[in-house]
Amino acid sequence: MSSVLEVRDLKKSFGGIVAVDGVSFGVEEGEILGIIGPNGSGKSTLFNCILGQLQPTAGEVHLDGRPVTGMRACDLNRLGVSRTFQLLQIFPQLTVRKNLILAGQEHQGTMLSRLAGRPDAGLSAAAERMLGFFRLERLADEHAADLSYGQQKLLDVAMAFMAGPRLALLDEPAGGVNPTMLASLRERLQAINAEQGSTFVVIEHNMEFVMALCNRILVLDEGRVIAQGDPAQVRRDPKVIEAYLGRS
Amino acid sequence: MRHSRSLAAGIMLALGAAFLVVAPLGLKPYGIFILSMWAVMTIAAIGLNLTLGYAGQISLAQAAFVGIGAYLTAYLTTKGWPFWSTYMLGGVSCFAIGWLLGYPALRVQHHYLAFVTLAFNTLVYLIFRNEEWLTGGIYGISNVPRPVVLGWSMNGPREFYYFCLAHLALVSVATWWLLRSPWGLAFVALRENPIRALSLGVDTRRYTLMAFALGAGLGGISGALYAPLVQFIDPTPFALGLSLNLLLMVVLGGSGYFFGPFLGAIVAVLLPEWLRFTEGFYLMGYALLVIVLMAFSPSGLLGLADRLTRPAPRGAP
Repeated sequence: MSSVLEVRDLKKSFGGIVAVDGVSFGVEEGEILGIIGPNGSGKSTLFNCILGQLQPTAGEVHLDGRPVTGMRACDLNRLGVSRTFQLLQIFPQLTVRKNLILAGQEHQGTMLSRLAGRPDAGLSAAAERMLGFFRLERLADEHAADLSYGQQKLLDVAMAFMAGPRLALLDEPAGGVNPTMLASLRERLQAINAEQGSTFVVIEHNMEFVMALCNRILVLDEGRVIAQGDPAQVRRDPKVIEAYLGRS
Repeated sequence: MRHSRSLAAGIMLALGAAFLVVAPLGLKPYGIFILSMWAVMTIAAIGLNLTLGYAGQISLAQAAFVGIGAYLTAYLTTKGWPFWSTYMLGGVSCFAIGWLLGYPALRVQHHYLAFVTLAFNTLVYLIFRNEEWLTGGIYGISNVPRPVVLGWSMNGPREFYYFCLAHLALVSVATWWLLRSPWGLAFVALRENPIRALSLGVDTRRYTLMAFALGAGLGGISGALYAPLVQFIDPTPFALGLSLNLLLMVVLGGSGYFFGPFLGAIVAVLLPEWLRFTEGFYLMGYALLVIVLMAFSPSGLLGLADRLTRPAPRGAP
């Protein structure tokens, strides 16, 4: 197996505050890596540095062996890296179907060919499949604003997969989702992982969700990696219990 | 419900188009002039609706682009250039200047961007007013000729009205095509959530510049028609007042709605004329109407219509 993502000694400071302090890890192809840690441990900042939303203070990010440190988020996305955010980030005024088409259209041809081409950028069938996959078919023509929170969360995640990403970074996909929808979300994510062979990195606070979903877990505390291993190992690690699980 | 909404919109569109075709037959030259002005201003407002309504980039510089298009056409056609070349030049040069004006939008947003564009409008206005050797200064440029199309003179008010209407139709079809293409979705994404848009591969930088350039280009085309419509231009119409008026057209009609500028321009161009029977009170009445409309429907006339006719959602529990 080859490394899809490799993060080397990544650092990010905001003035005197060091949010990410020399984090290194790799993600193998097809793997689902979970990143956990208490609030303020640097998880989302780490994501934002990997994904070009923030410029890292030091360190390197490699995608398939190619340096992509500080690359703009849109260029990274076109290289096959997609993400979701901690807070819902959908387009409420657009229909569910248009949200999905928008999520994939920039991967179809050039800007000029998209202007001359079909309004759906040839993505109607793919959007239909994604609607079916996330069981949102009957809501296809509703405005995203009119969906329940759980349905919006499913749409949010579905959008990240419209372009068939090689690597998806999901920031708290389970946040605020009810238990029934949560099981469905986990099952859908595992199905995508199995069917498309996509590689995932998932930040999550919901321990049950993350332990059931991920093959390997990385634990951050105060911007540093304090433990990593399979879910059972991490659960037993005294440093993790002290830093995170022990406090809850 | 969705079908009946589309049917009603289609019928209203057909009736509106039929009205525009037959309207000048029963109007005096001044009425036809006002209707032509409506068509010309609608083109500029369509441009601003692209920049502001769809792509979410505030601009108070649209009058400057109308002015650049108008001055280019007036200056060159009075020097013997054919109208079509100045018309194209007006659109293309405003597109290029609009692209450049878009660069500040990559750094600043909202009211800061409003001030950047306002400063640009003022700068262009001062050039029109002070550079007398080029623009004629406050004396302006007179005797701007109207074009001849395939040997048919557009000199009469009715002929020139149909000429403007044909341009409005062309601009409308081109804008409709653009907005139903993936570009339309990308513009909306830029307005609604630029950070998520960027993470979905939307090159927000390029689309921001394009939104400014396209809006400015349509401003230039509107100006290229404005000059032969009024046949005399001076700097006054292209001051900040027109930019604010165009902004009013977009917001009143329904910012981000395709037909918003058409309705907004009716309110801003035609309504003051219809209210003239109230004599000294017409501007006050007009201002009150605008206040009431904005208070009850900040999303404009079409936003109000959309809210009243939208079917109930099926999704939420």
